[in-house]
Amino acid sequence: MGAVPLGHYLTFAATLFTIGVFGIFLNRKNVIVILMSIELILLAVNVNFVAFSVALGDLAGQIFAMFVLTVAAAEAAIGLAIVVVYFRNRGSIEVEDINLMRG
Amino acid sequence: MTAELFVWWMLALVAIASAVMVVSAKNPVHSVLFLILCFFNTAGMFVLAGAEFLAMILVVVYVGAVAVLFLFVVMMLDINFVRLREGFLNYLPVGALVGLVLLAELVLVGATWALKEPGPGVAVAEGIDNTRALGRLLYTEHFVVFQIAGLILLVAIVGAIALTLRQRVGVKRQDVARQVHRRPEETVTLVRVETGKGV
Repeated sequence: MGAVPLGHYLTFAATLFTIGVFGIFLNRKNVIVILMSIELILLAVNVNFVAFSVALGDLAGQIFAMFVLTVAAAEAAIGLAIVVVYFRNRGSIEVEDINLMRG
Repeated sequence: MTAELFVWWMLALVAIASAVMVVSAKNPVHSVLFLILCFFNTAGMFVLAGAEFLAMILVVVYVGAVAVLFLFVVMMLDINFVRLREGFLNYLPVGALVGLVLLAELVLVGATWALKEPGPGVAVAEGIDNTRALGRLLYTEHFVVFQIAGLILLVAIVGAIALTLRQRVGVKRQDVARQVHRRPEETVTLVRVETGKGV
């Protein structure tokens, strides 16, 4: 692990995760910032994976972090595509306006 | 405090500060730029931890692809950001409450466990670098999952293109097949025009 103990990484990841969840609540209207908050949450998860992988000497954690990265990239691409299509149809991306399906 | 720990603290503090700016910046373009800064700092922490390959992947995939995608979307859509900011302060108390509860839970979890002896995982082989070790594991033991990850990316590409592709009606386009299939006898007629009479 080097000079940095595992607890430091875990604290950092917990803080980042909390900021991500906080961001979702704070920007209730803006889909794009919500997507960015989700990216922050996934980044915090990746930090945990890498920290434990290095601390335990098991590379499986880093491989799993790569898959998390893959899914995050796919999710961002699909999410932004949906945002673009929605904006083209309705001219707005406010979360409160998104009620086409009457859910 | 060693130099490594000092660098770690710098990276962590800048990453946390930029994450706070991501969720609280007024302009979403600034949010995206702070997101990029956060990713860079986390990549630096991965390098310090010894996971160089993931650090590079983080820079290439997140900064190079995902964040730039966000930047494109934010800049191309004509969004009234002032309206999106309405009610920002109304959501602040409940957001802060949920955040504090979550942080308290995470701290409680983090403070009450201890690591046992490292289990018999796949040991990091001595003498080879991180990228080579990851590659050896990825292309042998986790090969199926690797292929599935590729499939997920393919589905994401097809889905994103299918969602955003627009079929416009009334647009004049070149139709190569029709052009090739035209025959001179269908399109050109020879007319003998007598002088002074016209067609």
